[in-house]
Amino acid sequence: MAVNDTLESTHKIIESAREQQPNLNPLAPTVNDFNQELTTLNLGPTHPATHGIFQNILQMDGERIISGVPTIGYIHRAFEKIAERRPFYQITTLTDRMNYCSSPINNFGWHMTVEKLLGVEVPKRAQYIRVILMELARITDHLICNGILGVDTGAFTGFLYLMDEREKVYEIYEEVSGARLTTNMGRVGGMERDFSDIAIAKLRAWLKTFPAVMREFETMFNRNRIFMDRIVDVGAISAERALNYGFTGPNLRAAGVDYDVRVMNPYSSYQDFDFEIPVGTKGDTYDRFMVRNEEIWQSLRIIEQALENLPAGPYHADAPHFYLPPKQAVYQNMEALIYHFKIVMGEIDAPVGEVYHSVEGGNGELGFYLVSDGGRTPYRLHFRRPCFIYYQAYTEMVVGQTLSDAIVTLSSMNVIAGELDA
Amino acid sequence: MADQNESIPAQEQAAAQDPAAQQNAQLLALLNRLFGEAAFTDVEESYGLLTVTTTREQIHGIIAGLQKDEELQLNFLTTLCGMHWPAQEGRELGIVYHLHSLTRNIRLRLKIFFPIADPVAPTLTDLYAAANWMEREAFDFYGIIFPGHPNLMRILNVEDMDYHPMRKEYALEDGTREDKTDQFFGR
Repeated sequence: MAVNDTLESTHKIIESAREQQPNLNPLAPTVNDFNQELTTLNLGPTHPATHGIFQNILQMDGERIISGVPTIGYIHRAFEKIAERRPFYQITTLTDRMNYCSSPINNFGWHMTVEKLLGVEVPKRAQYIRVILMELARITDHLICNGILGVDTGAFTGFLYLMDEREKVYEIYEEVSGARLTTNMGRVGGMERDFSDIAIAKLRAWLKTFPAVMREFETMFNRNRIFMDRIVDVGAISAERALNYGFTGPNLRAAGVDYDVRVMNPYSSYQDFDFEIPVGTKGDTYDRFMVRNEEIWQSLRIIEQALENLPAGPYHADAPHFYLPPKQAVYQNMEALIYHFKIVMGEIDAPVGEVYHSVEGGNGELGFYLVSDGGRTPYRLHFRRPCFIYYQAYTEMVVGQTLSDAIVTLSSMNVIAGELDA
Repeated sequence: MADQNESIPAQEQAAAQDPAAQQNAQLLALLNRLFGEAAFTDVEESYGLLTVTTTREQIHGIIAGLQKDEELQLNFLTTLCGMHWPAQEGRELGIVYHLHSLTRNIRLRLKIFFPIADPVAPTLTDLYAAANWMEREAFDFYGIIFPGHPNLMRILNVEDMDYHPMRKEYALEDGTREDKTDQFFGR
């Protein structure tokens, strides 16, 4: 293989460079040595192709990457620290800002964690509404990732075409929560409001039009000669390495491991739905692209089933200690006023305990490890952010490849800076 | 007979009915067989997830053993995070490990504690590549030192920060402010 030959020769170059410069820090190759013709390239922190604020200091032999040092933390906002001072319901807005391409999944994942701690049983209707919204979020997340992969290989049309569809999903979010990107959707105990008729109508209309758009997108990309030449066998990772690196989500499934939290530890009634987990074989960029495309179809299947069988009933649990009463009732009803006051002022204590809950986020297993000491805020809250864990493998995946391959690998891994840095 | 029934611990009675508790009891029995009962203290099932506490001297051997074990295949490191309990004298700092067996769908939580004056814990980077950044994060937030870690630098905060911000002594708000009291709001 040509790649390996080049890799071997580049390794020789590095070895001789090390001998000549014994003090060269292997982790920060910032020395430009013109005799060895090695170049140091700063990819990021603000580069349009990284789609987020993070830096890679790459050492290049011509077009080929010899080593890389990732630097992250550019948008670190200390969410875990801030969460230690916020009541549970105020932490939802922090989760919005992690993976902002699929905020509803983060919101509901957090709510489910708190519900597990409190022992609140959420009614079926709320669970189904959550499933619909989480799957919509997964679709938008994958649309962005695959659309941008197209942009990075020079095909802008697909991206713009898909953005139009994402906009329609955001309109459904608006009906349900009032917000578009950082949704702050739902509440601890269920939904903040029920699906309105407009929301249902918009959802049904979108379900009618979207499959045609998706098919068109797939026709344009899936077997496209130019596109495949650019991404097949690029940035591959074996299943074994992926597991060792803690990969989850589509990136792990592309490597051939069928781990999906929705199936292995079903939450929010996912066991009621019939869907498949697509897996790849090689774990390369093409497999990641194809797995995401197929997951969009599976998400559509879930949404259709959930909408078809949407149960009647309340859209939130009967948990007055944690679920804010309707504002109108607060003005007219004594109990509602008391509960409203107690919730907002944080007079209600949570049970002591520790709970780990994970959901299948857009990028993989999004986990919440919550330690409660009985106060109104968490004693410790740790977010298991899939991006943060699998981005470690990026250097290993791109060493020996060209710079343009590194860009498409980065896009296809769907690294979201907000989730990476939290 | 009635006396005997009462003498059975509540946990075992629950185990007879709940499949999750049954699985945890089996897992605990296996852990005790593999590493000895003395290795684990504070065994509990917090919301169905078996949680055991061990020591920093043993943790590396246990996680390595679990990774290799054919029967359990607890070979996926879900996450690892530090924590700080200032009130526990001699065991102020801790690390919590979440392990997962993707083949058998078993989860296990392991904890270690150690004094804040000696914040040293063994690195798992030789077992899991994923542990690299997780340990850097624990170092960054809590100042836990992992000897043998290939690149123990701060990861999310700036390099020249001279404290470890997730420790409990650093209140989130400016401690010098006098216009706000914590009498009604917050901790």
